Amino acid sequence: MIDTRTVVLDQTVPARAPWSAVVRAGEQLEIIDLHGNQAVDCLLYNAADHTDRYSAQATVTAQRNIFLTTGSVLLTESGTPLMTVVADEVGNHDTVAGACSQESNTLRYGHHTRHQHACVENFLAEGLKWGLGKRDLVSNINWFMNVPVEADGTLGIVDGLSAPGKSLTLRAEIDTLVLVSNCPQINNPCNGFAPTPVRMVVTR
Amino acid sequence: MTTASTTGARDHARSQAAVAATVGPDLPSGVDPDAIIFAQRIPAGGYANVVLGRGTRIRLSDPAGAACAHVLLLRAESPWERLNVADTVKVPWQAYLSTGHPLLSDQGRVLATLVADSSGRHDTLCGPSPAARQALRLAGVKQGLEPRDIGPTVSFFRGIRVESDGALTVSGTAGAGAAVDLLIHLPVTLLVANAEHPLDPTPPTALDVVAWSAPAQLALTHNTDPEYLRAVENTERDWHARTLEARA
Repeated sequence: MIDTRTVVLDQTVPARAPWSAVVRAGEQLEIIDLHGNQAVDCLLYNAADHTDRYSAQATVTAQRNIFLTTGSVLLTESGTPLMTVVADEVGNHDTVAGACSQESNTLRYGHHTRHQHACVENFLAEGLKWGLGKRDLVSNINWFMNVPVEADGTLGIVDGLSAPGKSLTLRAEIDTLVLVSNCPQINNPCNGFAPTPVRMVVTR
Repeated sequence: MTTASTTGARDHARSQAAVAATVGPDLPSGVDPDAIIFAQRIPAGGYANVVLGRGTRIRLSDPAGAACAHVLLLRAESPWERLNVADTVKVPWQAYLSTGHPLLSDQGRVLATLVADSSGRHDTLCGPSPAARQALRLAGVKQGLEPRDIGPTVSFFRGIRVESDGALTVSGTAGAGAAVDLLIHLPVTLLVANAEHPLDPTPPTALDVVAWSAPAQLALTHNTDPEYLRAVENTERDWHARTLEARA
């Protein structure tokens, strides 16, 4: 796919690092899980109006399914399509479990995790570059993260379905600001207990 | 009664309250009426915005069997701390709300705990319908909030279940008379809209909301999960730091 398209941007996001870019309407963003099982936390905003932002709840409602895969349309609260998943080598991505934060880590793993790096820190730091603050953060997508819900409602992050080199591709329906935290979590299996780099390729 | 003059118009206006009957919610038995701080029957399409103190117990109830309460909680004095629905399901390892479940803020603290539930039909996944979102925005703007402050919400009295393939199914309501009680751990602004659920087309009926002062209940143990106990610990430390009041 990349061979027949023009590469606009090709960057590797180090383990634990944030990343952001505006992907223009019609462009495609391919996210490559270079080493396997790396959770890529992701928030999307209408680049022309940051108050028109990704809504996990609107997206889940519209497709009547909690998992994202090929064909999933990522919607804002008002129903604006931001991006569409046009290719997916994994088949199951999370949109329910949100991002790790220093604060939630104290609940999940204990107070000793208070000063570990966390995705909300990445979102806040990267969002500041675009004028976004804490109030602009909402439930996010976790690409490559596997969060099943059992019949009794039990839910949790379990071993992922990804593998080294697996990728997914998003097509921007409108100019979309993409914020990413290459998840630093070291306390659960979302990235095999060892965060690794991912590659972001934008083509048109 | 003529309204051609100011005094006539005034008399006409004043007479309306005298003859009107306000339909309020049934008040809970066993609660001192003097302790009740809020009581409203919210019609379909209606909403409420109310600031509730720490130690308030609030009952949402569904007298006619088809209420749908879309709820958002924000920290009253610092509303950038608000309900985090993702943490609210992830931290307790449970997507379905029931007794003992905390409503967690994004700062690792308990805004409220579900302390009673006779419905068991609730939803953390779908969020507000367009009508509910508009009502929540109106409720929020009356508290000085903006649309961007209206984050993900939970809804009570309409069940949603997840199939093994991730698909959502509607499990409806529990019928007339169901109620849930929340114990408020920190001062919050409660925004609630009674409006249709986005996946359940059943038209909503009235929602009753009654709140009363019950600070002693903060000292009770409502959940013994380690995640919950650490959330309460974080909450009590923060409250103690801000107020120098004794911990619950």
